[in-house]
Amino acid sequence: MKAAVIIFPGSNCDRDLTVAFKKVTGKKVSIIWHKDAIIPKDIDIIGIPGGFSYGDYLRSGAIAAKSPICQALMGFANAGGYILGICNGFQILTETKILPGTLMRNRELKYICRDTELIIENNNTAFTHGYQKKQRITLPIAHHDGNYFADDETLNYLYDNNSVALTYVNNPNGSVKNIAGILSKNKRVLGMMPHPERLNDSQLGGTDGALIFGALDTMFS
Amino acid sequence: MRLLISVTLKKGVLDPQGLAIKNSLSSLGFDNINTVKQGKIMEINIQETNPQKAKAQAKQMCERLLANTVIEEYMIELKQ
Repeated sequence: MKAAVIIFPGSNCDRDLTVAFKKVTGKKVSIIWHKDAIIPKDIDIIGIPGGFSYGDYLRSGAIAAKSPICQALMGFANAGGYILGICNGFQILTETKILPGTLMRNRELKYICRDTELIIENNNTAFTHGYQKKQRITLPIAHHDGNYFADDETLNYLYDNNSVALTYVNNPNGSVKNIAGILSKNKRVLGMMPHPERLNDSQLGGTDGALIFGALDTMFS
Repeated sequence: MRLLISVTLKKGVLDPQGLAIKNSLSSLGFDNINTVKQGKIMEINIQETNPQKAKAQAKQMCERLLANTVIEEYMIELKQ
């Protein structure tokens, strides 16, 4: 698997994500800068890291979504490319409309940073086939704008297409239907608020997140 | 020409910030408030003298960047 990570000004989980990809692939991870307009040809998966791209100005992910690399990212998604967007990366994926809906301010208006219990709703994807369906896992969240919102029509679309990937056991932020992560129609794009790259090594306190990266690597090997 | 663009949450979308402001106003004794909506205002100076053209451009700006139309609505005001 050849992975790449996009870095925006204000990204702050890019190194953790790079390390997570490198750990499973053993290969150098390509770093793509936000001003780049082209995605290297041999890339299998693009990771969009968490952080505060462009200072979260206007709306989380809104400015990043209009950057040169995101034009290329939309082309990559349309061509069937695999993308993993975590936290701010998820916000960028909704702002580019690669994924439907949006992430609003948390219901309690507070920044939340803690471990949360999640349920794997769809384990039949490149990202989640290492888990059992309905398996409960724990991953950290760290966000101010993680309150997933979509209108009823979009929610029906998500459920009809089996595109809800993860839900919260105890909804921390007001997300509709407890949604923590969603998939594109072709299941090749996953956007999620929790951080698998932060629970990717027993020295970090757990390995529940490692299965996502392991699952991806077996897909491409 | 000056454009005043306000972006607020659509009706039916929970606005926790508006709610917090409403509760705080109530605690100050303003107890006759029905709803509070919080939003953003953007003031844009534009090199355009034709009001219709300016407004059309502002609409484009809102649709493409300034508002997330999944949850937000916008209002455009022209100031000479």
